[in-house]
Amino acid sequence: MSLITTLARLEAVDTGRAQPLATVRHRHLTDRPLVLVPLTTAGEAGAPLGALVGTDREAPRLLAVAQPRDRDLRFAFLAELAEAVLPHIEAYADVVEPAERNETDPATGKKTKVEVELCTDAAQLIVPSRAGVEFVRLLGRSMRFRRTAEDDPDTPYPAPARVPLLGRWLTHYGERARVPGSSLLPAVTDLLNRHWATGQSSLEDQHLGALLAWIDPPAGSSGAEAALRAELARDGEGQLLCPPAGPATDPDFDNRLLAPAIERYDRARTALASAEDGLAADARLGELSAAEREIRSLLARVMLPTWDAVWRGLDLLRELPEGSRAEDRWTRDRWSFTAHRDRVRSGEPPQPRRDDAVTAAQKLASRETAQAQLEAQEALDDPLVLAGRRLAGEAFLATVSEVEMAYTESKRPSPRPLVTVRTDERPHLGERTKVYRSLEGKPQTAEFVRYADGPPADDGEIPLVLRILDRMGRGKEPAPGSVPEPGERIAWTLFEHDQRGGPKLPDPEETPWTHGGPPGADAATRAERPDPVTPEDLL
Amino acid sequence: MLATALGSPAPFGQSQFAFMRGNAFEAKVKADGGAELLRLLYERLGGGAEAPAGDAATPDLSAAGPEGRAARTALALREATAAGGWALLDHPMLALEVAGSPAYLEPDAVVVHPDGRWTVVEIKSFPMIDASADPSKVGAAARQAAVYVLALERVAAVTEGAEVGHQVLLVCPKDFSNLPTASVVDVRKQRAVTRRQLTRLTRVEDIAAGLPEGTTFDPACPPEELDAAVAAVPPAYAPECLAACELAFHCRARSRAEGAVETLGRSVRGELGGLTTVAGVLAAAAGKEGDPADPTVAALRRAAALRAEALESAEALRDGTRESGSVPRAGAPEGAAACR
Repeated sequence: MSLITTLARLEAVDTGRAQPLATVRHRHLTDRPLVLVPLTTAGEAGAPLGALVGTDREAPRLLAVAQPRDRDLRFAFLAELAEAVLPHIEAYADVVEPAERNETDPATGKKTKVEVELCTDAAQLIVPSRAGVEFVRLLGRSMRFRRTAEDDPDTPYPAPARVPLLGRWLTHYGERARVPGSSLLPAVTDLLNRHWATGQSSLEDQHLGALLAWIDPPAGSSGAEAALRAELARDGEGQLLCPPAGPATDPDFDNRLLAPAIERYDRARTALASAEDGLAADARLGELSAAEREIRSLLARVMLPTWDAVWRGLDLLRELPEGSRAEDRWTRDRWSFTAHRDRVRSGEPPQPRRDDAVTAAQKLASRETAQAQLEAQEALDDPLVLAGRRLAGEAFLATVSEVEMAYTESKRPSPRPLVTVRTDERPHLGERTKVYRSLEGKPQTAEFVRYADGPPADDGEIPLVLRILDRMGRGKEPAPGSVPEPGERIAWTLFEHDQRGGPKLPDPEETPWTHGGPPGADAATRAERPDPVTPEDLL
Repeated sequence: MLATALGSPAPFGQSQFAFMRGNAFEAKVKADGGAELLRLLYERLGGGAEAPAGDAATPDLSAAGPEGRAARTALALREATAAGGWALLDHPMLALEVAGSPAYLEPDAVVVHPDGRWTVVEIKSFPMIDASADPSKVGAAARQAAVYVLALERVAAVTEGAEVGHQVLLVCPKDFSNLPTASVVDVRKQRAVTRRQLTRLTRVEDIAAGLPEGTTFDPACPPEELDAAVAAVPPAYAPECLAACELAFHCRARSRAEGAVETLGRSVRGELGGLTTVAGVLAAAAGKEGDPADPTVAALRRAAALRAEALESAEALRDGTRESGSVPRAGAPEGAAACR
């Protein structure tokens, strides 16, 4: 946490309200995001209990599993989830625009432009918390290797038709969520924490209810009081007024309400199975569906507050205008969405359990690039973020006081104007340090030449001389508007605005021995083999 | 109980689903005299010894009271080590001195190897998916196992030919099934950390000696009296406490009332140097207090000035675009600066 963020948190403590950490919204929000509020059974790996899902805040679709240990009921849940999620994703997959992509010709090694399709928009999936993102990954992992009866008629316990496909998509979303700045699968707590500083620690900020209480406390109450109520207040039955945002449930809910309800359901099911005639069976069927309805209403009761909180969080975020470079990052998300669509359509196998060395290195490198790019773009979009970088000496604001034309000493001289700027900041400048400014959205480079008045004093305004290096056109005279004018106030950064990727990595077949060597011949088949199933499997 | 009496009950508890699942899994792993458990252990930590062939000893460890069980465990360990075969001790009882008073610990299992090595086994019900598990849960399990290793070392010190392995066996369900799989965890680091913390702990008697005469923590006392009693023991609250301690919400309320900056996290304290209260930091940032020559104060004032300037310029930019009615070219810093 930087000092400026700490200061914002302390101000929040003092005022009793969260303080802004950003003046614009740094993540893209689509017009119709699909919100997913999942719940899981305590102590089980990926045995979902229920979910609320939908794009309409007034009409969430409730999915519930009456007995999470029953494989058939879990499969029915997953099939229903696929019915709720896949049409939403597919609606975006077919709306495309033409785009160009650089591709290397494998035969000649030359780079050529290829006409490809790019989805005009991508399906955005929103979950309440970071644990929700992890749960989406887990669901993806549990489903993508399943076999349906169509894939393999002999498979024991075949999965419903579209479940493996949903698994592949959820895996893709879960993986993309690890890329800094991506908005395909954001968690509302992360979005809110990016834009506001509360008066509590970052650990407590993971509680969606408490976080919202700080950002938008009810009238007449301070953030701290409202947050405490969200954390601890219970109703007459001993249930939390603000249930956890999932996927984990409150143990008191499990023990006092859910477990007895599931027991009643089990009893009703046994009774139905042992019914002797049609009349008795009818009556018992009624009992069974009543027991199931009870479980559904219990689950709805603990999920609805979270559902509303997610939408409230989105409302708060939409009040901020979107940062101009957030769109650029969303375009990358659209590329990623389109690429996965193409992989699914071309019949590629599901994502492997573990990435091979080259893929893993590629992912890591691209995430590092994305992180650096995100930091630069946020600072350029938002004066408040830039203030943090200025405090760290990585950027500075300066007023141009003098411009002196100078030229290179080659046969065809190019302009290299010397610009004197005055600033009261103390950026970390060394000899020939490169600095950048944004000129019509593109970075212009300059280098630091010298302090005009000798070594700077501790405070007060100092003059710096910078030499502009590029973006002045091809002629001898710089293009109009490309050289700063005296009196202009400009933000310079010491970090680059665009990030270059690292060096190219070898093909998987040429993985060096230090990284395990080339993958074996059976690697591909081993990777996509389904999990062995046992009669007591939990998912 | 004390927390409830103080009016800040902690929201702890375990779901019966998790409890049942944990017990069912442990029972499955230990079924058949621990055959499956010993097979996993031999596979991962066999170390050239002969495979346990279903004749591993499973001594009976039942006795009256924790002291009795701890003594019975020590005896069983000695006998098993002397016998030189495989032995599985199911839920042994170990004693460890914590801050001057004995604490009794019950590991899931301890296995005695034929060569006299003892290995702690931890059985957990979180899954190991594609051979990796949640790192925070594995970390917690490793810290827990390190305490068992320390306690076992006290017994091993007085047992001839015994040695405690610093590698423990973590047994978890594999992927989404109920089948056990295991992984070896080296706990040398956690063991060293725990040992150091144990020697540094203030002894309970010393804490008690520092309290006023007649202090009691009896939850039946009136809340005001209890509050004073708890306040007599200086807390060191940090947000991490919330995950582990029943009194955390009480300490947090006190810490907030005092305006301590640690309520925002331990790292915050390090950043702010000698300034320890919220009011103090804000006064220093506003230029009302503090020595400007202090680098922390100087940095705070600069941070406050930059923050105020940025918020102001964003405000001006927003108002400007609202008046002109143009599309907001949101937050381009040059534009923001030009408005000033």
